[in-house]
Amino acid sequence: MLALSTVAARPRTRRLVGGMLAAALLLFVAIALSLAVGTRDVSLGVVVDAIFAPDLTITDHTVVRDLRVPRTVIGLLAGLALGISGALMQGITRNPLADPGLLGVNAGASLFVLVGIAFFGVTAASGYVWFAFLGAAIATVVVYAIGSLGREGATAVKLALAGTALTAAFTSLITIVLLSDGDAFDRYRFWSAGSLVARGLDAALPLLPFVITGVILAVVAGRMLNALALGDDLARGLGQNLVTARVLCAVAVVMLCGTATAIAGPIVFVGLAVPHVARWFTGPDYRWIIAFSALLGPTLLVAADVIGRVVAKPGEIEAGLVVAFLGAPVLIALVRRVKLAGL
Amino acid sequence: MSAIITASRLIQRRREGRVVAILAAVLLAIVVLSLAVGAYSLSIPDLVRTLLGGGAGNENFIVLKLRLPRVSLAVLAGVAFAVSGALFQTVLRNPLASPDIIGVTGGASAAAVFSMLILGLGGVATSVSAFLGALIVAAAIYVLAWRGGVAGYRFVLIGVGIAFMVQGFVSYLLSRADLRNAQEALVWLVGSVSGARWQDITVVAVFLAVLLPAVAVLSGRMRGLQMGDDAASALGIRVERARLALLVLAVALAAVATAAVGPLAFIAFVSAPIARRVVGTGGLALLPAALVGAIITTGADFVAQHLLPGDLQLPAGIVTGAIGAPYLLWLLATANRNGKGA
Repeated sequence: MLALSTVAARPRTRRLVGGMLAAALLLFVAIALSLAVGTRDVSLGVVVDAIFAPDLTITDHTVVRDLRVPRTVIGLLAGLALGISGALMQGITRNPLADPGLLGVNAGASLFVLVGIAFFGVTAASGYVWFAFLGAAIATVVVYAIGSLGREGATAVKLALAGTALTAAFTSLITIVLLSDGDAFDRYRFWSAGSLVARGLDAALPLLPFVITGVILAVVAGRMLNALALGDDLARGLGQNLVTARVLCAVAVVMLCGTATAIAGPIVFVGLAVPHVARWFTGPDYRWIIAFSALLGPTLLVAADVIGRVVAKPGEIEAGLVVAFLGAPVLIALVRRVKLAGL
Repeated sequence: MSAIITASRLIQRRREGRVVAILAAVLLAIVVLSLAVGAYSLSIPDLVRTLLGGGAGNENFIVLKLRLPRVSLAVLAGVAFAVSGALFQTVLRNPLASPDIIGVTGGASAAAVFSMLILGLGGVATSVSAFLGALIVAAAIYVLAWRGGVAGYRFVLIGVGIAFMVQGFVSYLLSRADLRNAQEALVWLVGSVSGARWQDITVVAVFLAVLLPAVAVLSGRMRGLQMGDDAASALGIRVERARLALLVLAVALAAVATAAVGPLAFIAFVSAPIARRVVGTGGLALLPAALVGAIITTGADFVAQHLLPGDLQLPAGIVTGAIGAPYLLWLLATANRNGKGA
């Protein structure tokens, strides 16, 4: 029996590694397109020159370095963070609907950005970042605290309900501010569409340590999520400390979602869909789901940004909107075609 | 053994009865308060006299023409949203699967905003678009989720996918429209019971008079579906047919309510979990959920009207989330049994 399962495991691992390589290749293509394609098409040779031997008198080089590279980096960071945090949230709540948009994180970040715009007169993108981060952190802490009060501690259902209820409360507060302050509404509606352009690298790079910490925590949490997927009682029986697993995931989610929302606005869908697509390749092992999500998330977001640039030439459609428009049919097709692995 | 079960059922039923009585009393208190208090306040005897047709001219105008339609619409819409949410959550067996989250209300919003910002329509046309939008989106989700049957899991995921699409569409329309028009659309998106007219109320009331008895008839089958497809079919329920019927009822309730008052946020989502936690017997608690929905809607409208000093009145939808959600959060924090009402 044991021998059988190891024999069966080997081709599976090979298949998974192959899948990872394919996903990495896809990501590479998305990055190359993102650097080359836009209102002004730049050949790949020039892109390479612009990065490794920049000549600032050539317009194509400045376009690539000052415009394309920052938005690509932001897309990579935000996509990575959203993909992984979506997987963590679905694992910890055991709910296929969990994602930063439903569990209060986006709403918290949005509320705080709006407060920054309306009451502190913040106009620069670098100012939004810290408000968004603080809001995401507070929302996650509140959801976790409320979800874990009571004799039972945090249960999957309580976390999911608490997250959505907090979203409801925050959304109400957001609407109150939006209706009473026309200027704030005007600026907020663009931030909330989820664009990769508005915030430069200066705003994104200080948050890099948070992303790295979040990724490390997620890697550690993967094995624990596998135990949690069996249900609280079985996980406890296997010697898994549920509190440790949940706190670890919560901290990782704050770091990752906070950063993503801060640098790219409240982008929906990536966090929901990417783990489902990843699960289709990997089966229920969270270590692999997280690894695949880390590659598929950035691919999806960067590709969406490229498509947003191409379809509306010479204008643009925000990546956040493109993701929802194009990602949803893909998710639907997948859900229809494949017998999705449950959680 | 069966005596024990009967006894415990009796206790459960008594408990639900007590909760219903308390909720009904709270609702009555809020309704009376909404009718009596305002820029022109009446005493309770005056209010009763006016309602019975013996009021002075100005009292008649204020109570019967201004406040009564508003409160009636709030009660009806609250009931419709709450029952719709309870049906979705039970039939799809996911506490997050309320019409605001799986795209049904979103479809109504997208259609309404489209008719306002692109077609330049308003008034009744907006309501009709919202109603049709909800039906079309719900039908699309059902058709897309059909694969020799509709599994709750698939329905919910496809619904969320569609919800994201329609939300993206709404944000796109809002960010490209002229600021003033966008603000008007935002007001509709918030949802409000002000400006309620008796024609609208009659339409909603007729729909509820048809839909709610149908829900009551099917509630036994719903209890079966709650236990999962296999258990339900073992009990002799035709699972797909029962699920379709219940979903149609849920969609119709959400659509008619959204058309009448706009997508009032989160009433559908919070009412049933609150009701089930308050009742605490693990049953369907449809009647308590309906009462909770009506309480949140009327309460939200009352708060919104009196939140700001002076004559400035806010739409009810602005506080529905702020009223229901903290209570649900509090219930979650103090709950001591796993999965109650999930």
